Amino acid sequence: MITRAAHEMAAAMEAGEITSEKLTQDHFDRIAEVDADVHAFLYLDHEGAVAQARAVDKARANGEKVGPLAGVPLALKDVMVQKGIPTTAGSKILEGWRPPYDATVVTKLKNAGIVILGKTNMDEFAMGSSTENSAYGPTHNPWDLSRIPGGSGGGSSASLAAFEAPLAIGTDTGGSIRQPAAVTGTVGVKPTYGGVSRYGLIAFSSSLDQAGPCARTVLDAALLHEVMAGHDPKDATSINAPVPQVVHAAKNGNVKGVKIGYVKELNGEGYQAGVRSRFEESLDLLAKAGAEIVEVSCPNFEYALASYYLIAPSECSSNLARFDAMRYGMRVGDEDGVSAELVMNLTREVGFGREVKRRVILGTYALSSGYYDAYYGSAQKVRTLIIEDFTKAFAKVDVLVSPTTPTTAFKIGDKVDDPLAMYLNDIATIPVNMAGIGGMSLPCGLAPEDGLPVGFQIMAPAMQDQRLYSVGAALEAELLTKWGAPLLSQIPALGGAK
Amino acid sequence: MTDSELDHLATEMDVILNAVARVQEVATSEIKPTSHPVPISNVTRSDVVVPSLTPEQALSGAPAKEDGRFRVPQILGEE
Repeated sequence: MITRAAHEMAAAMEAGEITSEKLTQDHFDRIAEVDADVHAFLYLDHEGAVAQARAVDKARANGEKVGPLAGVPLALKDVMVQKGIPTTAGSKILEGWRPPYDATVVTKLKNAGIVILGKTNMDEFAMGSSTENSAYGPTHNPWDLSRIPGGSGGGSSASLAAFEAPLAIGTDTGGSIRQPAAVTGTVGVKPTYGGVSRYGLIAFSSSLDQAGPCARTVLDAALLHEVMAGHDPKDATSINAPVPQVVHAAKNGNVKGVKIGYVKELNGEGYQAGVRSRFEESLDLLAKAGAEIVEVSCPNFEYALASYYLIAPSECSSNLARFDAMRYGMRVGDEDGVSAELVMNLTREVGFGREVKRRVILGTYALSSGYYDAYYGSAQKVRTLIIEDFTKAFAKVDVLVSPTTPTTAFKIGDKVDDPLAMYLNDIATIPVNMAGIGGMSLPCGLAPEDGLPVGFQIMAPAMQDQRLYSVGAALEAELLTKWGAPLLSQIPALGGAK
Repeated sequence: MTDSELDHLATEMDVILNAVARVQEVATSEIKPTSHPVPISNVTRSDVVVPSLTPEQALSGAPAKEDGRFRVPQILGEE
């Protein structure tokens, strides 16, 4: 059962074939079996999960109407606060902190009857592409334990690929949902900015951050998307409009007559041969299914990475000022006569990791008087140019596509000492965040040279997230016919058992 | 930061700044900067009291507290 899709698990519970309590316990057993190797989880809430599962089982037994994902287990990225449950965002500075409230997304998950198994590992404060920046050690890719599972949401993506959970929550500031999905052979969606509430999401870069669904199938992602999304008065940037009909789109995947543009600048040099060949095969499948494929140029995308690595650090240098050792989290050096300022410095020296310090300093520099116009100001102008590229492109096509990442999963340790090489992982995912539009990554095969998953990215205009699911479901169906079984059925067995 | 961290970062920062300075190649004066992807203005709510955290909940994560308040290290100098 644990290898099935979330909607199949829900159907089995509806049919009385299994209880949520049994399904939840099966997942905890699987976690006990494999997580010493994978390290997807930072915390497991056995008690809370079982209580929620029993409540759903009772409601079902009483004939109450429950949501489409009621009783299905889920892994929650540790950047989202859950009342009473240790929440660290992958940082030492929050070790042991138990939030006094639930994020809006967590409230929605609970109300939908979803069973939260625990919190997943991530790069510290979501800064990274490999989970190697977690203060609690890296997560390992279930396809090859010596490789990274992507980041920042590597714990969430790895938990799906290792069958430790059928659903997970991620957050995507520059690719942290889509890049992990790509390198683990799973599905991840970054909704339109403002589509999902950021209340209770520990902020990294507020104008870019967006939470979204992670799953093993396009339909599962859509079902979770519909649970998470919607207007929230507690988030001033939340869009007050109906949630796009993503479940309907996922159930009716169709590309007949759909105009699909592949972005010239997001392919070619720097992209691994096997990534390119799988991507191009998928384009052929979409064409065969009735889509019209055209080449689109977005000339300013080549500046997106540089712009992102000014805007995100600038915003984080402001957001992370809240970790001041005064109100919650770690405090170091609080002795008689030691000033608050020194305590703050000592705490941050110990509490923040290398990448976080690097970005806070970079952002502070980019915002400083005398350098503001040259760095942050110029980056904001590039952001305008990227949005204009998208606007022009979407005037010609319905969706844009590209490989999600330039390469498959690399080895743990390979890029940790070279920040620029690490940043290049996000070259194809960042433009979406800059423009605030929606993006999806779904698996499109294994690269022939290394046998590792390749991600196919779909991008749609703002508040048109249903197009991601319609095209994604159509491609998924074509690929499934070609493969005969889901890509994850080819993953090496972990922990000795299936 | 420790001295060794500083040494490490100083060299890295030069490399990173050189790379990101590329944005200046296309950022001409006539382009308007974008600070936020969605145009939203003046989000307000009605002035009604709604439930919030209790003082105990708000203090629950405090590294130190005293008499229902956050206890913080010395803020002002001795003199």
